[in-house]
Amino acid sequence: MTVTLSERAAKHVSNFIAKRGKGVGVRIGVKTSGCSGMSYKLEFADEAAPEDIVFESHGVKVLVDPKSLPYVDGTELDYAREGLNEGFKFNNPNVKDQCGCGESFNV
Amino acid sequence: MALLQISEPGMSAAPHQHRLAVGIDLGTTNSIVATVRNGIAVVLQDEVGRSLLPSIVRYKADGCVDVGHAAQGAQSLDPRNTIVSAKRFMGRGLKDVSHIESMPYDFLDAEGMVRLRTVAGVKSPVEISAEILKSLRIRAEASLGGELVGAVITVPAYFDDAQRQATKDAARLAGLNVLRLLNEPTAAAIAYGLDNASEGVYAVFDLGGGTFDISILKLSRGVFEVLATNGDASLGGDDFDQRVYCWILDDAKIRFPSIEDTRYLLLKAREAKEMLTGHDVAPIHAELSGGETIDLKLKIDTFAEITKTLISKTLGPTRKALRDAGLTVNDVKGVVMVGGATRMPQVQRAVAEYFRQEPLTNLDPEKVVALGAAMQANVLAGNRAGSDDWLLLDVIPLSLGMETMGGLTEKVIPRNSTIPIAKAQDFTTYKDGQTAMSFHIVQGERELVADCRSLAKFELRGIPPMVAGAARIRVTFQVDADGLLSVSAREMTSGVEASITVKPSYGLSDDEIAGMLKESMEHVGDDVQARNLREQQVEAGRLIEAVEAALAADGRLLRPDERADIDEEIASLRKRIAGTDHRAIKAGIDSLNAATQDFAARRMDQGVRRALTGHKVIELKL
Repeated sequence: MTVTLSERAAKHVSNFIAKRGKGVGVRIGVKTSGCSGMSYKLEFADEAAPEDIVFESHGVKVLVDPKSLPYVDGTELDYAREGLNEGFKFNNPNVKDQCGCGESFNV
Repeated sequence: MALLQISEPGMSAAPHQHRLAVGIDLGTTNSIVATVRNGIAVVLQDEVGRSLLPSIVRYKADGCVDVGHAAQGAQSLDPRNTIVSAKRFMGRGLKDVSHIESMPYDFLDAEGMVRLRTVAGVKSPVEISAEILKSLRIRAEASLGGELVGAVITVPAYFDDAQRQATKDAARLAGLNVLRLLNEPTAAAIAYGLDNASEGVYAVFDLGGGTFDISILKLSRGVFEVLATNGDASLGGDDFDQRVYCWILDDAKIRFPSIEDTRYLLLKAREAKEMLTGHDVAPIHAELSGGETIDLKLKIDTFAEITKTLISKTLGPTRKALRDAGLTVNDVKGVVMVGGATRMPQVQRAVAEYFRQEPLTNLDPEKVVALGAAMQANVLAGNRAGSDDWLLLDVIPLSLGMETMGGLTEKVIPRNSTIPIAKAQDFTTYKDGQTAMSFHIVQGERELVADCRSLAKFELRGIPPMVAGAARIRVTFQVDADGLLSVSAREMTSGVEASITVKPSYGLSDDEIAGMLKESMEHVGDDVQARNLREQQVEAGRLIEAVEAALAADGRLLRPDERADIDEEIASLRKRIAGTDHRAIKAGIDSLNAATQDFAARRMDQGVRRALTGHKVIELKL
């Protein structure tokens, strides 16, 4: 089981954490909400919870809670720019279908 | 798929519910929009990577509107329809706008605010500013990938209510929800994180393209209070360009440059000025339309020399602001630099010398206000957990109060209180059987109502008849986050209620506020005198009324000579009320009190007798 960051994403995450001044890594998870069933959680992690599964990718810690892991296993988090907008993108192999914008998905 | 941002722990938004919020620095010369992304405040750029949007709007005959760089190019081509510095007209009447004769616009005087006639019709400054805000909103929505929940827009600290309201109206017109208007110096201080710094006094030195503002802020308990502001509405970086331009003409011995050459040389002057930030010498090479070439070298020392008077023009208002705040340079804990012109080394040096400390310069001075506004917007949009360490930052400029008997002001909310705020105070009736009360809401620092500004009046009716002083009327003053005041009065026993909503300081200009504050300082002595006099007058009037009521009811308890004594005391006190010596009135009150003591005792006895007659001891609850 694994969750990874692309090199570009890792660079941005470590940069954001440095400027934010605190944080041990980035937390990835899923929530049961949204128009297609589930949605992503993407947050700074100030500390690891005991049950967290921790991956390390390009020097950045990725924390995933065990309940979320089956839904995001194999995901690569990328950082992309689309027009004026920029941000993180989940490349999740588990997704069967998703809503138009992809913020909400189904496995 | 959509692009996501990293949220604070526990603050992930539901899909399609991102609380996108921006901070906007709506400047006189340039405007900027910023947001907090992945926990960091960043300025949003346009398609070609420019951060600054020139605050210029051009109206075209076909109804199209150009904003920013597109309009900037047309400035000399189509000056009448290309509006620069619309911020100077916001909420201002024609007579309030200075140097109107030197502006190329076709002004129309209108109720409340000046209007400009353009090829696309008559436009108000609100509409013009709305075009700038709209352009920034579109940029922000394209950059953030969604609709904005709101924006924090900055305004100069000295903006009055009319100017603030105009700014809000412009935002609404641009389709922006205003989370809050924030004072520019406060925004700059927030960007530097001073709101989390130690308490104390900070100075914000803002030298922009065409305006200079100095603000003295006091930070206490996480709240910034504006202690004083000063400045020069026609002093900025452009004046430095002008000085360099004059030096070029002088040195190259050019007498009458053409309009084209002037424009070209001003550009060269500006380049040289910018070069001298970080370099000791700037080469100036120019080829004029007449074929002459200019080849000069501007040394940093020369530059400092020719702009010395401009620097000293900033220090005058700075000195004044500190003096108005009642402080000295030793009280200032930190100095924040705002505005592109503060990049010039001689400006930084002069500020450092004056305040005897290095000013804060590590953030881009052109962006610092927008960044602070973005940070505030992020909090207000609800993107930060544990935001209890962020307090509201607006304060009331002048005290709010009520008229009491004798034309005195009773301050309910003192000036510099942070808003929102609610304060209640209990008042009572003045006469026996009084069933109505009228409330007069005033704003100002003076003791007498006549010297304060009247805001509103309302009445509370249906108070049940009671003896004077028995009714309890709770008056509540409430100022919401937008500075809107509502006052309600409630009689506590019967529950009758009345209320009114007013806008404090509406139409009060900055000068008026400053003037009113100054007056209150100058008149402290007079005011105390006046208050003492009025208080004694009211007290004497109340006593006479009570005695006369008692005489009418129980006058028969007195012998004729006793009655004559009391009548004489009343007459004498009446005479003293008309005078201006509060001590004499006090003496009269005391002597009338003494003269009626026996009478009061007799009335009391009679009252007790009446109450007891026909009752058995056992029936009395002792």
